[in-house]
Amino acid sequence: MSKEPVAVTGIGQTKHVAARRDVSIAGLVREAARRALDDAELTWSGIDAVVIGKAPDFFEGVMMPELYLADALGAVGKPLLRVHTAGSVGGSTALVAAGLVAARVHGTVLTLAFEKQSESNAMWGLSLPVPFQQPLLAGAGGFFAPHVRAYMRRSGAPDTIGSLVAYKDRRNALKNPYAHLHEHDITLERVQASPMLWDPIRYSETCPSSDGACAMVLTDRAGAARAPRPPAWMLGGAMRSEPTLFAGKDFVSPRAGKDCAADVYRQAGIADPRRDIDAVEMYVPFSWYEPMWLENLGFAEEGEGWKLTESGVTELDGDLPVNMSGGVLSTNPIGASGMIRFAEAVLQVRGQAGEHQVDGARRVLGHAYGGGSQFFAMWLVGSDAPDT
Amino acid sequence: MTRDIAVVAFAQTDHRRTSDELSEVEMLMPVLHEVLGETGLKAADIGFTCSGSSDYLAGRAFSFTLALDGVGAWPPISESHVEMDGAWALYEAWTKLLTGDADTALVYAYGKSSPGSVRDVLSRQLDPYYVAPLWPDSVALAALQAQALIDAGDTDEPALAAVGARSRAAAADNPHAQLRGPVPRGDYLVRPLRTGDCPPVGDGAAAVILAAGERARDLCARPAWIRGLDHRIEAHALGVRDLTDSPSTRLAAERAGAFERPVDTAELHAPFASQEVVLRKALRLDDGVRVNPSGGALAANPVMAAGLVRIGEAAARIHRGESDRALAHATSGPCLQQNLVAVLEGDPR
Repeated sequence: MSKEPVAVTGIGQTKHVAARRDVSIAGLVREAARRALDDAELTWSGIDAVVIGKAPDFFEGVMMPELYLADALGAVGKPLLRVHTAGSVGGSTALVAAGLVAARVHGTVLTLAFEKQSESNAMWGLSLPVPFQQPLLAGAGGFFAPHVRAYMRRSGAPDTIGSLVAYKDRRNALKNPYAHLHEHDITLERVQASPMLWDPIRYSETCPSSDGACAMVLTDRAGAARAPRPPAWMLGGAMRSEPTLFAGKDFVSPRAGKDCAADVYRQAGIADPRRDIDAVEMYVPFSWYEPMWLENLGFAEEGEGWKLTESGVTELDGDLPVNMSGGVLSTNPIGASGMIRFAEAVLQVRGQAGEHQVDGARRVLGHAYGGGSQFFAMWLVGSDAPDT
Repeated sequence: MTRDIAVVAFAQTDHRRTSDELSEVEMLMPVLHEVLGETGLKAADIGFTCSGSSDYLAGRAFSFTLALDGVGAWPPISESHVEMDGAWALYEAWTKLLTGDADTALVYAYGKSSPGSVRDVLSRQLDPYYVAPLWPDSVALAALQAQALIDAGDTDEPALAAVGARSRAAAADNPHAQLRGPVPRGDYLVRPLRTGDCPPVGDGAAAVILAAGERARDLCARPAWIRGLDHRIEAHALGVRDLTDSPSTRLAAERAGAFERPVDTAELHAPFASQEVVLRKALRLDDGVRVNPSGGALAANPVMAAGLVRIGEAAARIHRGESDRALAHATSGPCLQQNLVAVLEGDPR
């Protein structure tokens, strides 16, 4: 049986900042949702269902906040589904919403992800102790640093690669009006001189804590035909999960990530991702994850990802631009971060990315991951409708 | 819909007041083994897995990540999670099967209410700026709804007591129920609700397997076909809702096709006796319909799993040939804010 093709016809996000003290959680999500509706030239009545995602409820201290947000999201009288898959949630949420359209359960779906980290303290939210379970070792950086070190050993990458990524992403962010960090005085030397937090990860190679929301309007073929602007078409999408901790797990290049990418490429008919994909917006919360994910996603052979970074291939004007928006390193409302990656891929293929637009981007990958490199969500979007 | 999808297996724990000696994963594991065992499937045979649970019950962020270790997600699996009752995880899995991306799905849900005060924990669901700081607990909010029903002449205290008595008598035949057989009506917990009108606090887990088309017939002698499935939400603030009615339940039922033909059985997720009154009206259930033969949520209410248990109980009756067309309902949020309705049917006999 054939699935309904899924198009993205609207995108909205907030200006991401450290603290949006001027709005409630409801005000924040409504701002992004309204912008997405405006982009699609729809009103609330044009939406059949709402799918919302965010990372743990402890980050704002509200249990199942979608209940309280039903009114703000125009969901009263409609189906409202809440997704939670750790850091990959923004991507998973978009995929669940896309599934409703693909299954022909609904014609037009609003999907939204958010985090208002200023309402609480994410470090504390991640650090509630549970007996007999491994703590996160002082935040996510403590968990991921050993795996970065393992990558460096395995690949022989010089220790300058991480700073190159951070320097690139922070410069890209200067071209993105919605990015949280706008460091106008950024230099490579400044990145390299920043304090060491979790060796080998320096302060300037880590993501900020942001308040922000991102929304998209997903619709079927009929909805795309009515859209005022060129839609982006979903060419492939997949989720994969594997256990957090077990002896056979490869934390440097998890198999769930490889399998997820392979599924997306199969759906989209991508034979060689390095050749067939024009740009990648990937989830890089710590700079070293750019070369690691380049390998995991099949853009480079194992141990070779850092060479793409070092040679400038991943720069905005390079042959395979990575994180054109400035990435998670510049903007990290955790629950929304995955959806922002997916949305950036859409902006690129719709030619709407402004100063950080990649010329001729026709097929772009959006990528998200979460947990202990455990949950993966990806989609590939294109400017042309899929063959059906 | 172009694809027929059925519930082909269901398993649940014995629901208990406390399970101190078990982690959530340990509580869940036997249920996963049992439901897979019913079909002969292994974790690696399942096309899609989806779960429902709440970080707030576990008292930690990302609590569901460890449950995945119990599933045995290796090689990696196609998997997702909703921070909702497992009935909504089943909804997500159902849509996944409709797309044709998978032919089978494992759905599970679990919740331990015993480590904390679930009445207080649920108050954290409320508007965080204007309502939650006052800590109104879930029983107090349900009591407001019950009083509104009494004031409207829709029920009275003896009628509520009869709902509780009927539910717990029905649970006598349910080995998994937490409260079974006659239970005293009890003292007032929050007027007009007595302990007998309120659900027990307990821990439990449940799991369901879905399958599409011929696969379902291979796995189950009498599959419970999902003829319709829909869910709807209402405004959050209690002040803008008519607490004596449930328009979201009615709309979900209509969309699920519940009114097209009468059902013989209804498994309603009504944690409070008064909520059964609201749901019966919204769903137009007359006395000919067998309501909550399992005992319902008044006999066992494992938060986050209780809605999935309703679907599982309804399906199991079809599997056993005790029902031909059943309705299952799940709810979430204060005073029935969000409601899901599934219509299940067995093949004609």
